[in-house]
Amino acid sequence: MEIIAPPIDLTGIMPMIIIAITGILVLIIDLFLKERSKNILIFISLTGVIIAARVSFSQYGGIHYSFHRTFVMDTFSVFFNLIFLLGTALTILISANYIKREEINHGEYYALILFATMGMMLMAGGSDLITIFLGLEIMSISLYILAGFRRTKKESNEAALKYFLLGAFATGFLLYGIAILYGVAGSTNLKDIAASIPGRLFDQKPLLLMGMALLIIGLGFKVASVPFHMWTPDVYEGAPTSITAFMSAGPKAAAFAVFFRIFIDSLGNMEPNWNVIIGIMAVLTMTVGNVLAIAQDNIKRMLAYSSIAHAGYILVALVAANSLGFTSVLFYMLAYTLMNMGAFAIIIILGNKGEEHLNISDYAGLGFKRPLIAFAMSVFMFSMAGIPPMAGFIGKFYIFSAAIKAGYIGLAIIGVINSVISVFYYLRITVIMYMREPVREFNPISLSPLIILALIISVWGTLHLGILPGTIIEFARKSTFAFF
Amino acid sequence: MELLAFYILGAGAVVTAVMMVIHRNPIVSALNLIFTMFCLAGIFVLLNAHFMAAIQILVYAGAIMVLFIFVIMLLNLRGEDWPPLTWKKLLASFIGILFVGYSLIKIIGIFRGSMLPVATPLPEDFGTTRIVGEKLFTDFLLPFEVTSILLLTAIVGAVMLAKMKIDKG
Repeated sequence: MEIIAPPIDLTGIMPMIIIAITGILVLIIDLFLKERSKNILIFISLTGVIIAARVSFSQYGGIHYSFHRTFVMDTFSVFFNLIFLLGTALTILISANYIKREEINHGEYYALILFATMGMMLMAGGSDLITIFLGLEIMSISLYILAGFRRTKKESNEAALKYFLLGAFATGFLLYGIAILYGVAGSTNLKDIAASIPGRLFDQKPLLLMGMALLIIGLGFKVASVPFHMWTPDVYEGAPTSITAFMSAGPKAAAFAVFFRIFIDSLGNMEPNWNVIIGIMAVLTMTVGNVLAIAQDNIKRMLAYSSIAHAGYILVALVAANSLGFTSVLFYMLAYTLMNMGAFAIIIILGNKGEEHLNISDYAGLGFKRPLIAFAMSVFMFSMAGIPPMAGFIGKFYIFSAAIKAGYIGLAIIGVINSVISVFYYLRITVIMYMREPVREFNPISLSPLIILALIISVWGTLHLGILPGTIIEFARKSTFAFF
Repeated sequence: MELLAFYILGAGAVVTAVMMVIHRNPIVSALNLIFTMFCLAGIFVLLNAHFMAAIQILVYAGAIMVLFIFVIMLLNLRGEDWPPLTWKKLLASFIGILFVGYSLIKIIGIFRGSMLPVATPLPEDFGTTRIVGEKLFTDFLLPFEVTSILLLTAIVGAVMLAKMKIDKG
């Protein structure tokens, strides 16, 4: 028997190849660099990211399958690729000074971020469960390592170990779900699985339900939804701040991309089975995230719970499962990446070597001492709370309208109530910044041109998406054509 | 004949798995785990999945078990007495048993009601080394190649986290 090698079409995975090569280049060049010339690595990584974004953007439009339909490049995956690359670029910008300060300035840092990005792109474009799984693993393993990058710090080790053990467990669930789906459908391809689920006769396929439930557990862990959220606060607190920022943007978006693609594309026929489960998860995630965030004094933990709550809002859009819901998620992920990165950039700026000033009371009086930074922080907090005219408001507005349009008025109401609860702890930061006497000197602070650039991009993006959302909404709407 | 072999291997796998969990000495547990792995490999052979069987022995019974025993010896673990029972634990195990029992009843119901999909006969050579290899280089070329990045990431990570002292450039 002769084996015929398939035609190899690299156009679809070109952005991934660029990112992977950049990562390997960073690893190799790092060997020849002295400690003080490591800034070159920042520029190599950024160049790679920008080229990949350019290539990805030029591929927008149409649906292009490659590698025996294990990978697809459609408008949905391109949009997500752009979100990932934006998140990665911002992370690299805010990392530069931070990793020098924390004495973890190793080339592997950038390489692992780039590999994680590649994994995310593989997840967003995977049209086969195996491809998706490999993307998820590449991303997760990079993140486990990055979480433990400050090896001399106890918290960092704890974060890495917790994340790794729980993550490996969640991966087991996911893989078991994939195996069961393969057993039922006879294929791991998303479209083939969809074809093997006949109409709405799912009740006769208990195995299908079991596979679905296991997938929800596995993916629910990766997006940090309640009740699979336990790891989030500890990992977010212990990981290096720049990595926390990275984790809460790109990887979360990637897990949601997979969530949406699997549940709409291949389990779409089972919607009556999963929308109740995911609806309950959404309510729990929003409520637990917001209520526990109120009790936090550590700003990284607070943002961790806030990121759990945001995952809840996005799950509402998944339950709505309509075109508007998808549009709103794409928009929301972009907005969330910008505002979250900005908030973490400020946390990094206000920390010093050895003393990170993570307590919320450390922000007292920032508004008098450093008005511009306080202004930027207020923009991000207002945006996360969903106050117009910031990006977060438009995002939430679209998500809740999608839920109402799909008939889930209760979910929308719970979402709005939660939004109101969240205003409390977001505004508390602003109040402390402007209405309390400063307890410490904000000097020295870690400002550098790169981090200022990241801040400007985030503030500009948050305001732009909030005031003139039209073009991006339109872009996001077009990106959902692959599904509806 | 095949059925007999399956029963022997299956019973062996279950018995050694239970032994692995209940034995107090970690080394004995580990050895039992090796037996479980071998029995599973035998079942894979019966299913015509020769490649899987070989991998099972090479990776699990070989590499991973060496790692296990290495760690057990490094940590110098000894068999320990059972920790005392507390109310919390009793309650937890009660709820656990309830849950497992309910699931089992449901699963048995599923089997009884023949709600499982009808088995379709597989092609004769399904799972053989040749077919696995062919699939890897045709249908699953992308996942196969991408695994290299996964391994690279893992190696970089292992070196990063395990290196005792990082030299200043």
